[in-house]
Amino acid sequence: MTDILAAVVSIAFHGLALAMVLYLISVGLSVTMGLMGFVNLAHGVFAMIGGYAMTTLMSRASVPFPLALAAAVVAAVIVSVVLERLLYRRLYGGDELDQVLMTMGLIFMSVAIANYLWGPVSQPMQLPRLLSGHVDLGYREFPAYRSFLIACGAVLVTVLWLGLERTRFGAHIRAAVDNLRMAQSVGINTSRLFTLSFALGSGLAALGGGLGADIIPIDPNYALANLVYFLIVVAVGGLGSIRGPFVAALLLGTADTAFKYLLPELGAFFIYALTMALLLWRPRGLFGLVR
Amino acid sequence: MTSLAAPADHAAVRQAFARRHRLRAYEALPWLVAVAAYFVFDNYLALGAQILATILFALSVDLVLGYAGIITLGHAAFFGVGAYAAGILAAHGWGEPISGLLIAAIVAGSVGLVSGAVILRTSGLTLLMQTLVVATMLLEAANKASFITGGADGLQGMSVWSIFGLFRFDLFGRTAYLYCLVVLFLCWLMVRRIVHSPFGLALNGIRENVARMHAIGSPVGRRRVDVYAISAALAGISGALIAQTTQFVGLTALSLERSGTVLIMLIIGGVGQLYGAFIGVPLYMIAQDRFSAIDPVYWYFWIGLIMVLLVVFARGGVLGLIERARRLWRS
Repeated sequence: MTDILAAVVSIAFHGLALAMVLYLISVGLSVTMGLMGFVNLAHGVFAMIGGYAMTTLMSRASVPFPLALAAAVVAAVIVSVVLERLLYRRLYGGDELDQVLMTMGLIFMSVAIANYLWGPVSQPMQLPRLLSGHVDLGYREFPAYRSFLIACGAVLVTVLWLGLERTRFGAHIRAAVDNLRMAQSVGINTSRLFTLSFALGSGLAALGGGLGADIIPIDPNYALANLVYFLIVVAVGGLGSIRGPFVAALLLGTADTAFKYLLPELGAFFIYALTMALLLWRPRGLFGLVR
Repeated sequence: MTSLAAPADHAAVRQAFARRHRLRAYEALPWLVAVAAYFVFDNYLALGAQILATILFALSVDLVLGYAGIITLGHAAFFGVGAYAAGILAAHGWGEPISGLLIAAIVAGSVGLVSGAVILRTSGLTLLMQTLVVATMLLEAANKASFITGGADGLQGMSVWSIFGLFRFDLFGRTAYLYCLVVLFLCWLMVRRIVHSPFGLALNGIRENVARMHAIGSPVGRRRVDVYAISAALAGISGALIAQTTQFVGLTALSLERSGTVLIMLIIGGVGQLYGAFIGVPLYMIAQDRFSAIDPVYWYFWIGLIMVLLVVFARGGVLGLIERARRLWRS
């Protein structure tokens, strides 16, 4: 009995940590897809940039953890703003096929560049001493870093929700997701809004990629190998929503951990089957807007 | 408003439709090039056979993407199912190639019919996701069912018999090349017939304006599932061709990368014009063969860059560029 309970607690704990990482990476994708109707398959590239920047700064330049994390976010934001202004912008409201093609192209380039700069091996994450080891939460011990991840994720989720619900910027985003033309006619600068939310989403992805480098290994195929998972979070959660991807990430994170623990042979297969069933039941995702 | 059904107009309309799908001189060009390549590049026939089989794969994608307007990131599912069907048959003592192709077509077509009937209810991003998920599910299944598929090591021990008991698959790929060429030609004739048939015109209508097709009472859902299944069968034949000519099937046959690259090859050539596959696939695969010899990692960078530039500067692919050049020259 205690064994079963221990297993359940362990699955919930590790599932939650994975869910936080998946959420941080995918929430920006949900917003860009909902806001600009842009099929951005290359979103994982920004998470990868975050992961590489962070692991490299920490292992080669021995930059402290918080600074490296901040630098990773800044790096991804700069790259994303440049790409948005240079490339993405041209395809807003355009053909889905063109968007798929261009973002696939960006993924391929990221694979080659990462391979060239860092080689094919995945980058090790050196945890700061404070966060390695275990923490004692009363009746049993938990890995410190994952506890830290969950806490970080919880704080960020709260900040994001409050930001979207309570700030002017959040209200602009909600208005533009609901009705773009109406938002434009009441004087919201949607062009700037697009760039800002794109940069914000990419920064969050870099945060997820950097923080989660221990859980989702950073290697050149990162953006391609994890694409299906990011897309599942967004599609199951519902486009343009902030709450939807959170629920979807929780589902995916715990289901993935549970299946890998209980049924390692068939784990991934069930995840995909579940996704398919969910999308057939609710084609717009759990929290998608009906248009 | 004048009536469209006036007898004289009727004849004109009929004539216009008859002219639409008459064979034109330039349509012989790809076949002449393919036959000439057999004699000129006889050191590269193995690669040539792969190119011909992949053209068929791209043609199958063109049918769903260019004609029915279904964006798919999971067509490798049917390619892989066909490849594994032919491969497993040949590894278990039935190496007759032509029946192998037919069985692969039937199996892949059935998978296409069933999965299409389920997932084509959705549209847009959800449909894109569903096609992706179907392919990933099959990949996962093939990976885990290693007792049949060989799993990550790939399917080994295939032995493919001679065609009609006469033409053995030789080391230089001569038989393989001609075999792929003939199969591609027959499939192309069929696809050409399909896209110019009333069924093909209905597909065009669905791509251009679904609401109107619904309004005139066209069975949109059934048409989409039908074309998806036909295309899946063609993709299965293509997979079976590659399996039989290389005597190997690996998990990459089902991968997202394969679904993605075939899309790229088709788009480089031009979508929805029946000949995009014949231009894009050879361009891509020959360039890949050359560049990969230098460094496979760089190849990814260049193809990525080409894709980005293509979207920004050359929409419509090579055929689009030719069309634009022709218009410029005329005006």
